[in-house]
Amino acid sequence: MSDTATTTGRPSSVYVPSAEALATVLAPGARPPRPSALGASLTFGWRAMLKIKHVPEQLFDVTAFPIIMVLMFTYLFGGALADSPRDYLQFFLPGIMVTSVVMITMYTGVGLNTDIEKGVFDRFRTLPVWRPAALVGMIFGDVLRYVLAALVILGVGLVLGFRPDGGVLGVLAGIGLLVVFSFAFSWVWTFFGLILRSEKSVMGVSMMVLFPLTFLSNVFVEPGTMPGWLQAFVKVNPITHLVAAVRAAMAGSSDPSNTMWLLLWSAGFVAVFGTLTMYRYNRR
Amino acid sequence: MIMSRRTTGLAIEAEGLRRSFGKTRALDGIDLRVPAGTVYGLLGPNGAGKTTAVRVLATLLRPDGGRARVFGHDVVEEADAVRSRVSLTGQYASVDEDLTGAENLVLLGRLLGLRKPAARERAERLLAAFGLTEASGRQVKKYSGGMRRRIDIAASILNTPDLLFLDEPTTGLDPRSRNQVWEIVRAVVSHGTTVLLTTQYLDEADQLAGRIAVVDHGKVIAEGTPGELKSSVGSGTVHLRLRDPAQRPEAEKLLGAALGVAVQPEADPVALTARVGGDGSDLVASEQAARALGDLARAGIVVDDFSLGQPSLDEVFLALTDHPAADERDDQMEAAR
Repeated sequence: MSDTATTTGRPSSVYVPSAEALATVLAPGARPPRPSALGASLTFGWRAMLKIKHVPEQLFDVTAFPIIMVLMFTYLFGGALADSPRDYLQFFLPGIMVTSVVMITMYTGVGLNTDIEKGVFDRFRTLPVWRPAALVGMIFGDVLRYVLAALVILGVGLVLGFRPDGGVLGVLAGIGLLVVFSFAFSWVWTFFGLILRSEKSVMGVSMMVLFPLTFLSNVFVEPGTMPGWLQAFVKVNPITHLVAAVRAAMAGSSDPSNTMWLLLWSAGFVAVFGTLTMYRYNRR
Repeated sequence: MIMSRRTTGLAIEAEGLRRSFGKTRALDGIDLRVPAGTVYGLLGPNGAGKTTAVRVLATLLRPDGGRARVFGHDVVEEADAVRSRVSLTGQYASVDEDLTGAENLVLLGRLLGLRKPAARERAERLLAAFGLTEASGRQVKKYSGGMRRRIDIAASILNTPDLLFLDEPTTGLDPRSRNQVWEIVRAVVSHGTTVLLTTQYLDEADQLAGRIAVVDHGKVIAEGTPGELKSSVGSGTVHLRLRDPAQRPEAEKLLGAALGVAVQPEADPVALTARVGGDGSDLVASEQAARALGDLARAGIVVDDFSLGQPSLDEVFLALTDHPAADERDDQMEAAR
């Protein structure tokens, strides 16, 4: 704010408020009907798209990060865990796709936290629209990022030799499941984005949750190789269900039990963290 | 019928509003009655509780105690009804800085229920009326301070609101941008919108507001029209400029004797200031001043410039609070959201 005192404007375009011009926009017109919940959410989603358009750098984490993840782990573990990186990739790619995308979900919290700092949410919160719309729309925008990240990983995988037996449909189904879960999981971060003070603390908490959650799963190795207590955790970890379901879909089969668990977890995240988020959002 | 709702009765009715942040009592029992169709000023230093009051009234914060109604709707129980009639231009940018001016207005138009073509058209007309057509395709973060304020206010009147909150609308603006904002506020209120304006600038409240509540430490310590507030302090101010600076000590003595008050020499070596009419004497300020001028003339002191004015709101503030308006406590606890 303080820097504004020195902006004395360019002499070419001095604005002189005119009562007549202002009168044309001030005349109270008929109020349009309130937009639907979905309509308002999609409009907020449009805002997220516009932000990507204006600040394309923010796509860095959905492109570069996944590429690094795939390359690093394929060549780091490939020789040791399978006969070759290429063999390992058949097992590993769905898992690393899940890991990368789920890690990216934390930016939802970071983004919300910054948005609120800037004050634009004050305006959103005084609008007579469906209350969760601003947050739902924001996550809609993030879903696009998730899809992009998944496609980038798929592309890198295909180049490195990943050949899914499920074909196009199987791969799409796998990405679909991943996106559904990530949408639901994002509500965890909207909650933390609202209760934590700074962007940094949101990042810190996200890392503390995401690292164990993604690594203590079936992403990198078969759980059969782990000690019993760890298997117990891995078995109930939602990421394990998700990876199993995505793997099955991409391999051209299906895994109804894991798919059901994953959908239950997703519903649970929305129900619990969606509610907590809205509670905080309304009470800030 | 809508017009009558907009311009009659009370726009805001608040009783005993309280709100604390930790141990800080930001609002300590605020009462407000804001008549519809007027500009109402909340005047106070940083940290007085102005922003907190606005945030409670705009449904952004829940009060800890007390109640407030906006056009008869309770701000807690009927928040949605309140939201459909108010707009807020906050102290911090309340538009999306990453988006262009036009995109911001279209976005808000869509959220208020306009279809895309109508939202675009409304945005264009607003941009034109606020002198932002040229900048419409630029990101708001690249706007100057004055332009940013204008796009903020334009966003607030997308649907002409019945009540507009302007939280320190001219803080940090250069004088020209400040005048532009003032003109806009006058135009807005002339169309029937009630404006609740917070400010720490006394002349701004004086210029715009029909009534003013002086807020300090979360309480209203005085309320009235600018004139009432000034006369409540009960004095006017005499300003003198002498031809010869060497005569100032003598003039100071004479004036002090004639007016019965302390006279302040100013930084300017020929200027003097004194308060008159505040000593409870029967003479009104102008008679006292006339008598003092006569004394000076008889002593051969040449007075080049003389003025008798009402006290400034600055002086009013000082008299009411025993501390100057420019209190250095900052807004941190108000901003801690």
